[in-house]
Amino acid sequence: MGKLDTKLLRDLQRMWAQSLAIALVIAGGVATLIMAVGSARSLLETRNAYYERYDFADIFAEVRRAPRSVLDEIRRIDGVAVADARISKLAVLDIPGLREPATGRFVSLPDRGEPLLNKLYMKAGRMPEPNRVDEVVVSESFATAHRFEPGSQFAAILNGRKRTLTVVGIALSPEFIYAVGPGDVMPDDRRFGVVWMPERSLAAIYDLEGAFSSLYVKLSAVADERDVMSQIDGKLARYGGTAAFGRKDQTSHAWLDHELDMLRNMSRTLPPIFLLVSAFLVNLTLTRLVALEREQIGLLKALGFSNGAVAAHYAKFVAVIVLAGIVIGSVAGTLLGVFITRMFGDFFRFPFLMFEKTPDLYVIAGVLSLIAALLGAMRALREVVTLPPAIAMKPPAPPMFHHVVPLLGRVDRWLSQRVMMMARNLAHHPLRALFTLLGLSLSTAILIVSLFTRGTMEELIDVTYFMADRQDATLSFPERKSVTALYDVGRLPGVVAAEPYREVPVRIRKGNVERRILLSGRPRDAHLRQIIDVDLRRVELPEGGLAVSALLAEILDVKVGESVEIDLLEGQNRTLSVPVAALVEDYFGIRGMMDNASLSRLMREAPSINSVNISVDEKDLDDLYARVKELPSVSGMALQRASLENFRTNVALLITTMAGIYTLLAAIIAFGVVYNNARISLSERARELASLRVLGFTSGEVLRILLLELGLLAVLAQPPGWAMGYGLAWIMRTELAGEIMRVRLVVDPSTYALASGIVLLSALLSALVVGRRVYKLDLVAVLKSRD
Amino acid sequence: MADAVFRAESLSKTYQTGDVLVHALRSVDLEVFPGEVVVLLGPSGSGKSTLLNIMGGLDRPTSGRLFFKDRELSALPDAELTEYRRNNVGFVFQFYNLVPSLTAYENVALVTEIAAEPMAPEAALALVGLQNRMDHFPAQMSGGEQQRVAIARAIAKAPSVLLCDEPTGALDSHTGARVIAALMSVNSKLGTTTLIITHNAVIQEVAHRVIHFADGKISRIAENAHRKSAAGLVW
Repeated sequence: MGKLDTKLLRDLQRMWAQSLAIALVIAGGVATLIMAVGSARSLLETRNAYYERYDFADIFAEVRRAPRSVLDEIRRIDGVAVADARISKLAVLDIPGLREPATGRFVSLPDRGEPLLNKLYMKAGRMPEPNRVDEVVVSESFATAHRFEPGSQFAAILNGRKRTLTVVGIALSPEFIYAVGPGDVMPDDRRFGVVWMPERSLAAIYDLEGAFSSLYVKLSAVADERDVMSQIDGKLARYGGTAAFGRKDQTSHAWLDHELDMLRNMSRTLPPIFLLVSAFLVNLTLTRLVALEREQIGLLKALGFSNGAVAAHYAKFVAVIVLAGIVIGSVAGTLLGVFITRMFGDFFRFPFLMFEKTPDLYVIAGVLSLIAALLGAMRALREVVTLPPAIAMKPPAPPMFHHVVPLLGRVDRWLSQRVMMMARNLAHHPLRALFTLLGLSLSTAILIVSLFTRGTMEELIDVTYFMADRQDATLSFPERKSVTALYDVGRLPGVVAAEPYREVPVRIRKGNVERRILLSGRPRDAHLRQIIDVDLRRVELPEGGLAVSALLAEILDVKVGESVEIDLLEGQNRTLSVPVAALVEDYFGIRGMMDNASLSRLMREAPSINSVNISVDEKDLDDLYARVKELPSVSGMALQRASLENFRTNVALLITTMAGIYTLLAAIIAFGVVYNNARISLSERARELASLRVLGFTSGEVLRILLLELGLLAVLAQPPGWAMGYGLAWIMRTELAGEIMRVRLVVDPSTYALASGIVLLSALLSALVVGRRVYKLDLVAVLKSRD
Repeated sequence: MADAVFRAESLSKTYQTGDVLVHALRSVDLEVFPGEVVVLLGPSGSGKSTLLNIMGGLDRPTSGRLFFKDRELSALPDAELTEYRRNNVGFVFQFYNLVPSLTAYENVALVTEIAAEPMAPEAALALVGLQNRMDHFPAQMSGGEQQRVAIARAIAKAPSVLLCDEPTGALDSHTGARVIAALMSVNSKLGTTTLIITHNAVIQEVAHRVIHFADGKISRIAENAHRKSAAGLVW
């Protein structure tokens, strides 16, 4: 090891705190990229492997009752690789120890062997014996929520009759990764579960021997999905089939896809910003750090080292810091990535996890940081190495300052000299001041983009649960019912108000763009489930008018007043044209809404309902629950309060955890920036500040002079930081908006305040750390040495 | 004779640098009187700067006592040393140590803002003959001019003592003489006790007393019966 390398080690030792601070800024950028992209890739890979190993179907269709023979016809359709059929029904469950009624999705299992598609991953126990009518397998999340083990029992109202069922197995299925009950938007593990039963038992209960109610198909590699679906529709139409749908309309897949999309979009949006910000800041910092080495560089050249050798020495210095940052960032990013993958993996209940190796990320993050840092160092070096050694070894001549404002006005005589020093310093290094300002603004901005989801989630909750869907509960029926069912529900204990709700699957189309959605009908003056438009006002729809989700209008490119085409996928399967009367502010799914009278006319049916929204008197809840558990005709009861709780504990938790991690990384970057800035300013101005101490300024006064500039920049940086933060949040919101879920961009004042607070607090902390050095400033040594 | 401004009693200072113990001052006794111009002469490392730093409140003796008037400087805590420097001591250094971002006027005003009974910055600059350069930045002035700004800054707080460490060290002979002339003019007009460290033996001719240092000790004190005026100095 040459003596220059010894110098390198000693320099690093001397400046360890500062080197570490720079390394941490780099680490923040690197960790974000590796964490976010790594976990998104791992989860996607895991899902794909899960789908593949357990043969997740491509196409799904529901019918009222179709004979088994139709299955053979469907298998002969061109493009169908595998097709299987089963019975699938919803039923109310009565779980021991659970106050509220729960809902079960009952799915049949072949009497012999396992299903051809959507195979089960058995977590515990065994498959039911085909000749035992009471044996079932239940989904793991549901089992966990009720501590079910093989041998546990619960009751279900199947086709109007209450039966006791025994759990013999606990399983996972690629079809129900995200299991959502009827009328709900969020999974509720306590109140919704999937129950697998032998086909023979379920067929006997529902009178479906030799028939099926649910079909699922795997496509061959070259199949045309739309073509296969329309052929299936043709075969099932006469058996009461609603149109077949692909994975993108399958609830579990769509939600999972949305969550993975969200993670992937986050990983595409935030890490590049973080990485660029950290690279930019490291570049700035190292430029100044190397510039401070001016005399050392002059000395090395005077001793006979070539420009190349000097440059290599400082390149090594920078490289060591950057490598330390990359190593810290890689380790932290990998650990955080594993943590996030596990967190989401648990949430989705994947039976296994695949951790993707991502060497490309380490290379990208490392190379980008290294280049940014080296460019910064070389910029400073270029200026110094071109000087003759004798000049470089002298302290630079006093830099030429200028009057900030023309002398005529003489405002300078009114200001204190300390303020003048600051003003002239800023004016003398306008670029540096600008870059520092930019660095601080970016710190605030990345904090805002990490934090804004909190306010956004609250807005979502407010609009969804307190403005639009204000019912306490929704009772669903397995099939559509005459409107008289409304009055039956109204007579249930505790029911204060009841409103009818009708839902029809439709295809909505304008031009070439179409979507499969649910079209709902409700009373025009509904006050439980209200229609809230994009201006957050309650709207009453005109006769025959259609309201659609604002996002759907955007997708279809339709404005209020224009018409859309609608294919009714239930009943008479007609196609008609309907005018759009309002755009709805909603955050889950894309939907259409009408008043129920208009919908009945459209369907050419007597007033019918699928569910009833009710408001309930709290004190009668127990009676109501007890009654619902015995009702033969109800397939499920959704509870708004439980739904909100689930939203908060599940989705909001995932999002805020992610936001928390990003916030932490952003805070580290912000602190690194501010600390380095203060520290380098101190080195650059050590001589000046020591002179002031000699002149009789106290340490505190000198510290204030040093920090006045940084403080001013930190404060000035906040408004542009807010603007940039809002811009980044807007990009994030747009990236994350999906048909499944989206948010309204709300950056509330507390988010701005918190982001700025963190940056200003970092500034204060750095000030305290740097302050210690000002108090220890060696007056004699600084004045004796020439710089 | 009047009471001494400084009184040093067996003042010693040792530094530990690595494994080596350096005796910078070895039991120095000295009195400096009001209005005196004292030149400290001696080779590098003979202890004169250490003495000046201790007198200026920048450093502390290892043993012995130093009195400024009747305050014992060697016993003061940091905060009081700062206050002492602020109100009583003017410093002039070899490398001026001006704030580059402030004009001549502002460099002086920087000190008058914090001092107890300061002069007007204009008056201080007039004393050193720079009344026409007030709005110039350090980078726009010659070395001699910068040093005279430093002197104006040092005297603007109306200090009791002016401590100058090699004030002409970075200047040519002609400019150096003008700086010494400025110091002498301050001394005669304001009666400021002035201590000057120098390597330049010629400067001793303007002093009331010349103190020779060697090996951390005072080797000889000489009184000038006939002081030369600064204008007559040539080196």
